[in-house]
Amino acid sequence: MSGKPKLHYFNGRGRMESIRWLLAAAGVEFEECFLETKDDLIKLQKDGSLLFQQVPMVEIDGMKMVQSRAISNYIATKYNLYGKDLKERALIDMYVEAVIDLNELLMTHTFQPADKKEQHFATIVDKATNRYFPVYEKVLKDHGQDFLVGNQFSRADVQLLETLLMAEECKPDILAKFPHLQSFKARISNIPSIKKFLQPGSQRKPPLQEKDVPKLMKIFH
Amino acid sequence: MAGKPKLHYTRGRGKMESIRWLLAAAGVEFEEEFIETKDDLEKLRNDGSLLFQQVPMVEIDGMKMVQTRAILSYIAAKYNLYGKDLKERAWIDMYVEGTTDLMGMIMYLPFQPADTKEKNLALIIERATTRYFPVYEKALKDHGHDYLVGNKLSWADVHLLEAILMAEECKPDILSAFPLLQAFKGRTSNIPTIKKFLQPGSQRKPQADEKFIATVRQIFNI
Repeated sequence: MSGKPKLHYFNGRGRMESIRWLLAAAGVEFEECFLETKDDLIKLQKDGSLLFQQVPMVEIDGMKMVQSRAISNYIATKYNLYGKDLKERALIDMYVEAVIDLNELLMTHTFQPADKKEQHFATIVDKATNRYFPVYEKVLKDHGQDFLVGNQFSRADVQLLETLLMAEECKPDILAKFPHLQSFKARISNIPSIKKFLQPGSQRKPPLQEKDVPKLMKIFH
Repeated sequence: MAGKPKLHYTRGRGKMESIRWLLAAAGVEFEEEFIETKDDLEKLRNDGSLLFQQVPMVEIDGMKMVQTRAILSYIAAKYNLYGKDLKERAWIDMYVEGTTDLMGMIMYLPFQPADTKEKNLALIIERATTRYFPVYEKALKDHGHDYLVGNKLSWADVHLLEAILMAEECKPDILSAFPLLQAFKGRTSNIPTIKKFLQPGSQRKPQADEKFIATVRQIFNI
């Protein structure tokens, strides 16, 4: 039995991807156990491993943690990615919660019915470029520092980078009007632990393809 | 200018209610400024008060905080309702996320299409009684303490009481199979700060009626 955290989820991004990013950024090696069929999920539910019958679930430090935010909060605190005091944590939380909102939009795009896809895409681009990105651009511009909060690398930087890359997958030139976000993206991508995670062969998962959706539906519905 | 936190939201529960509960439980007096019309919301947006153009927003300790969870975490930590160490916080977070999911379902019920209401209500009751309440009942049973985590009042307890009362509004006997949750409800409701919040005339908000739902739809374009 290794001491490494063990992640239980399907072999895709979903709600586990931010956790993978955070562990990778912290330089923490982790194992993964993939749900391939509904039976795999039922087995986990039946053996009492899932507090609310749901994944993500991460075995870490003797706990079977569930709820992606609870898991991320724990990892961020444990590996000093959560600011140095309560006020920094407040800022990090605000930035991260908004990024999660944008992530949800990006994540649900593949599941939109064909007749809603175009509208949904327009919403994503509108929210990203008018509501969310301007905030982070301004933060970086105003303090002129490398990281979002407290002049120190934190989970806010990791999760923003994750989202910037996902948004670019949606629309490659989505950062055109955001020079500070562009240099932020380059800078954070070059942090050794993150650079490693961005290389082929890492545990980072690719975007969900339409063809994978039926298999996913079978597991969770 | 008072040093009290100032809450910006509509005159209803929504996403601000859990924040009102937590402040009240912590014995913290707060002020409220209500958004009554679309113009009120636009005004807040135009004067740069809303980081992501959304409410809830709480003015607290020199910050204009947004994002419900960020605000709740800050209040919980500031007023010692977040456990004594990282592991206790992990459990509090897990429990709170569960009650957040349950209350979220109840909150959105009035906004679902009319023909799905009955089905959604049934789902809420099913989830409450088979997915969520059993977890909290078992937690209390296993350690036999008065509170969910660390033998001390925390955010998890306040949130659970709020969820229980909301679920009972859906189905009055929803706790019938959960004796420990019934005792928990009685006990926690009697904590002086919470007892005060449960009395008429407090800042606790009532359930939304049809008229209020229409107002909310109009203000937020939903």
